[in-house]
This record gives sequence, structure tokens and C-alpha cells, in this order.
Amino acid sequence: MSELSGTARHNISFTLNGETVSGSAEPRMLLTDFLNYELGLTGNHVGCEHGVCGACTLLIDDNPERGCLTFAVQVDGRDVKTVESLAGREGDLNDLQLAFRKHHALQCGYCTPGVLMSLTAYLEHTPEPNEEELRDMLSGHICRCTGYVGMVKAALDVVEQRKAKA
Amino acid sequence: MKPKAFDYMRANSVDEAVAGLAKTGEGARILAGGQSMVPILNFRLADPELLIDISRIKELDYIKIDGNAVQIGAATRQAKVMAWPELADRIPLLAKALPHVGHFQTRSRGTICGSLAHADPSSEIPLCLAMLDGEVILKSASGERRLAAADFQTGMLSTAKRDDEMLVAARFPIAEAGTGYAFDEMAQRRGDFAIVAVAATVSASKIRLGVGGVADKPTIVEWGNIAGDELDDALNAFAWELGGYDDVHATARYRRELVRRLGRRVIEEART
Repeated sequence: MSELSGTARHNISFTLNGETVSGSAEPRMLLTDFLNYELGLTGNHVGCEHGVCGACTLLIDDNPERGCLTFAVQVDGRDVKTVESLAGREGDLNDLQLAFRKHHALQCGYCTPGVLMSLTAYLEHTPEPNEEELRDMLSGHICRCTGYVGMVKAALDVVEQRKAKA
Repeated sequence: MKPKAFDYMRANSVDEAVAGLAKTGEGARILAGGQSMVPILNFRLADPELLIDISRIKELDYIKIDGNAVQIGAATRQAKVMAWPELADRIPLLAKALPHVGHFQTRSRGTICGSLAHADPSSEIPLCLAMLDGEVILKSASGERRLAAADFQTGMLSTAKRDDEMLVAARFPIAEAGTGYAFDEMAQRRGDFAIVAVAATVSASKIRLGVGGVADKPTIVEWGNIAGDELDDALNAFAWELGGYDDVHATARYRRELVRRLGRRVIEEART
């Protein structure tokens, strides 16, 4: 049992996008705030802060989860991936990101990091979804620019590309 | 919105978690998947002294068949239950309801038992447990007890759980041959809170219909295997008895209409 005082900062360490990171946080600090303000990341976005909008979705042990409904102390020892994990080391976009660009699946881009992380997990879970299934999955994200049409097209394009490669 | 400060305990066993509850009493709250609890904390609707995180307790992460029920531990995530290959055969009602629970991104973290403990009147999982006459297992430092679903949920966001107790498992009775199961709901968008959720079980001699989202907890009615006008009249009477209300999401009249129409639809589906 480890009991952490609410008024002190506690050391935590976890794997972020393949590298070990550490820092300190009060128990009440949300993972999203830890990533943005303690580690200085800009990819993970915060929208509603109560789990509805999906902008902060990231992967914890490869499960898509809301960063705003996770306390930083909870990911001690875990594996966390944010949108920064998708592109290659030279900034070359991955297939999903390229498809988003090609199909105009984003406009302002605020919801995009969360959607990309959801889709990353979802296409592992369901490699060949149909449009209805994709729309059902995307109901966990709020996008006020695109109407989701471009996202569905981009995802279906990636499904076809990956099928052709397999 | 950020929560107020709280002490945090990562429990490694049920014994540690209930010891924490015994020590801190009503100031302690259990954190499992956090998909309801953390929004409540972020909104400062609750202000616990101590949050006891049970999400890493391995002994609570299981699905097992025990007697005539499927028992699901308190750290078991909804996504894991949905992916259980036996779900559609063992608990068909839950298999039909789970896709309506939140979203892909919240079911990956949210737990079955957390939804039961939260006891939202429009939630699908409490409705399923009540419909199937399931049970919950509550544990404290001084012992363990079982409660029928109908006795556990006492009203809106309230249960018969004592402050020193935690919900350690839920028991869903296994499907009976010759009984049909169906579930449906109306929400503004897929995954939103249900305006009205309905579940039906139909056997040769009996119809059971359960409704969530109208009264302050799941409400269940039982009829003989009626049909036609007789069923319509019974649905209409039940829709009025539920005492629906007008709110920002829907009018009472719309809720009654949903009970009549969705009720009819799930009963017909469960019949086949």
C-alpha cells in the first residue's frame, strides 16, 4: 500500500512515447496537466475536462483513455503514448496522419490528437471496420469543424492501405 | 476545473482498500475506472479526503462462472467484459446493453461495478443487473454481504452501501433457455446518457420490462405473456405510472412515448 498526502508532490516515473520520464505531482494533478505543464508537451489537448469531448484521449498501456480523467500519479510505472508518438523521428507523418491530411479530416485541429490516438487503438482492435462502426467509435469525440466526414474517409483509406500491404 | 486536494492510496489488495475505508469512513471514496468519479471530482461535486484507487488490484480483475451466475470483479473493465467470448451466450442482455454504455474510449477504462456503485438512474448496467435479479457483493473490514440489485440501488446516485464498504463484485445470473432478451435506448447521441433505456425478457409465460432514465432508479414490471391491444394498454399504464418529468433533455410526454414504443419494440425482439 502506498498512501500519498494530498498536499505534497510525489515523484512519479513512466514511459512516455518510448522514453522514461519523471517528475513530481500532487495526487490531484490530472495527467493532461502533467504532460502540458510539467513536461512541456503540446500535442495532447484539453477540452472539456470531464471526459466528454475526447480531445485529451491518449493511450495508457495501449488502451485509449481520457487523459483528463486520469491522475498523473495513476500512471506511475505505466506506458503512455500521445500524438507525438505517431510521426517518425524526422517528423515524417504516419499513414493515419497522411490520410487525415489527404482527406481534410481536420480544420482547426483541436480535437485531432485525441481522434488520432483513438483511431490508432481502434484499428488495432478492429482492423477492418465499416463506416457505421467508425462513426460509432467517433461518437466518443466532439469535432465542430469537419462533420466527421473526412475522418471516416481517412480511416477507411488507411484500412484499405493496410489491407493491401498485409 | 480541477479537483480539490485529496490523499491518494493505491491499494494492492481488497484488505488494504477496506482498511482504508475503515480508517477514513465517509471521507473516503473508491476510485476504479474513474469515468464517473473523476468528472465529479473535477466539478467539485464531491470532495473526498482520501481516494482509494482499486484499479490495480489483480484479485478484482476477473470474470468467472460461479454457480448459476457470472461474477465480475470490481476492477474489471467494461471493454474486457464486452470482449469476453462467452458474453452473448451467458448474459445476452448485458451483451446487448454494453455497446450503449459510454464510448469505445470510456469503456476501455470504465468498470461494470463502478457503474453499479455510481447508480445513475439512466445507466444501462444497473438496469441489466436489476432486470436479471442479480446481486452485488459488498465487503468491509468486518465482513462481506450480498445484496439483491433491487435492494442495493435505493434511488438517484444512492445505494445501500455503507461508508465502510466497497463493492467487490457483481453477479449476473446466467441466461435461461427459452427466455429471450432485448435492450434498446434513446439518447441524443450514441453514448450519451439515455433519455429512456428499456430492457425486456420474455419467456413462454412471462414478460418482464425494465425502464431506466425515467424514475429515480431502474423500474421493472412483470406481466403474463400478453400481446396486441392488451400489451399496448399495459405499456401505456406503465408509462404513466413511472412518473416521468420534463427536463432540458425531454418532456414527460416524450418519455412516456418512448416507454410505449421502445417497450413494445424490445418485447417483440425478445419474443423471437
